[in-house]
Amino acid sequence: MSVLKYAPEALKNLFRAPVTTSYPAKPFEYKERTRGRIDISIDDCIGCGLCTRACPSSALSVDKNAGTWTINRFDCIACGYCVEKCPKKCLTMEQNYQEPGGEKQSVTYQKSPEVMAEEARKREEAAAKAAAAKAAMEAKKAAEAAAAGGEEK
Amino acid sequence: MGKRSIIPYGPQHPVLPEPIHIDLVIEDERIIEAIPSVGFIHRGLESLVDKRDFNQLVYVVERTCGICSFQHGMGYCEAVESVFGVEIPDRAKFLRTIWSEMSRIHSHLLWLGLLADGFGYENLFYQCWRIRERVLDLIELTTGGRVIFSVNKIGGVLKDIPEDQLRHILSELDAIEADLNVIKKTFIEDYTVQSRLRGIGILTREQAHDLGCAGPVARASGIKADMRKRGYDAYPHLDFEPIVSNAGDSYARCYCRLMEVFQSIDLIRQAIGKIPGESDLSVAIKGNPDGEAFFRCEQPRGEAVYYVKGSGKTFLDRFRVRTPTFANLPGLCEMLAGAELSDVGLLVITIDPCISCTER
Ligand code: SF4
Ligand code: SF4
Repeated sequence: MSVLKYAPEALKNLFRAPVTTSYPAKPFEYKERTRGRIDISIDDCIGCGLCTRACPSSALSVDKNAGTWTINRFDCIACGYCVEKCPKKCLTMEQNYQEPGGEKQSVTYQKSPEVMAEEARKREEAAAKAAAAKAAMEAKKAAEAAAAGGEEK
Repeated sequence: MGKRSIIPYGPQHPVLPEPIHIDLVIEDERIIEAIPSVGFIHRGLESLVDKRDFNQLVYVVERTCGICSFQHGMGYCEAVESVFGVEIPDRAKFLRTIWSEMSRIHSHLLWLGLLADGFGYENLFYQCWRIRERVLDLIELTTGGRVIFSVNKIGGVLKDIPEDQLRHILSELDAIEADLNVIKKTFIEDYTVQSRLRGIGILTREQAHDLGCAGPVARASGIKADMRKRGYDAYPHLDFEPIVSNAGDSYARCYCRLMEVFQSIDLIRQAIGKIPGESDLSVAIKGNPDGEAFFRCEQPRGEAVYYVKGSGKTFLDRFRVRTPTFANLPGLCEMLAGAELSDVGLLVITIDPCISCTER
């Protein structure tokens, strides 16, 4: 009797399309929110290092002077905490996963030469300004000292 | 009196999803005593408190377990939130409830599948996991991860579930419920399932109470204990009664968990019906935790207890979890004593052991 109980289900399953899909022939569709891997638009990064300090698995490193941002993708646990912390919002969570590999490797992103040049120019400008301000300050001090000396005489 | 011998069971065993070792003292085919030993996958997560600050620790704590990951993260966050004395926004409470119940559905379906596999019903195993896949898809849709949700933060949640996704969840739940009704008949009525589960591994109400069992194991022995009734998150707004059975055998444990899947579906429906309109998802947290707090929540496997202690530094002084499997292991030993050797695999499964949680 119990055979008959299962007959409808068995028949249904017989004519139903398979539940599984034949990956990779039919590619997997990622959801919009899937946390796959971290990407960076490196030219917006200011090298503040907040992401490296936030990362719970220490997968990130930043070199401000060299203009590089490095991620060890095999250490990253795709938690998204760095994305939340980045003040410039230059980190994004992409849907597709990191491809598997034989050994841990890190990927380094390098700022484009134009941005580096622009930054260097800004730094120089700022340095020049600071130097000018310092010189003006010193000149003023010297003048004050001279004036004070004059009064004494 | 027959000859006594000791059979080592585990840590590698086909029926075990995770490593636990039990020394079975047997006389003929009957078990006299079961002596468990754990410690094969200790990772020292609790001691990471002095290497990861209290915000980063959310991501560490939720990796305590792969099945109830959401509730681990949530339990930790709620403990820290009570140290800060903050109340999270209502919408965040409802979202946490919805995700908790989703993870309960997927955990129980995983377990039902493992149980079916444990008593040799391969087809039923596949059917359970097929249904579970739909829940995992919902979880991925709303949180971005299938196993690790990463949506909790101290002070609230990180992601919202927009209106269209809530509607999608409701329609998927209808489909899941229809599928479940088919396998429910098999679990509840089928002769083979009954003959394999009824009267096996009886844990009486007194034993369950004295040994401090938690969750479905306690409820299947007639103890009406459900931490959700304590009223954290959105549970005070939802209408439900703990599912209790009095038999205390493997069948009762199966029945409780199966019916809890339906209950969780109902709870999600209620929560979606009552969720407040879009608002802030988190409150700002200032400073570092100073003080200590306990938090108790109902995980799929039972009551979990979280303890945090901070002294105004970014690193906590102490963090501790008491997981439900830890509470249920003495119950398991009690069930095993007197059981047949051939039932050991099944009995170990019926407490839904999560050894990674237990060892942290
Ligand atoms: S996603 Fe998480 S683990 Fe990965 S780099 Fe960002 S903070 Fe680190
Ligand atoms: S937090 Fe953002 S801006 Fe700062 S170093 Fe990291 S990626 Fe660059």
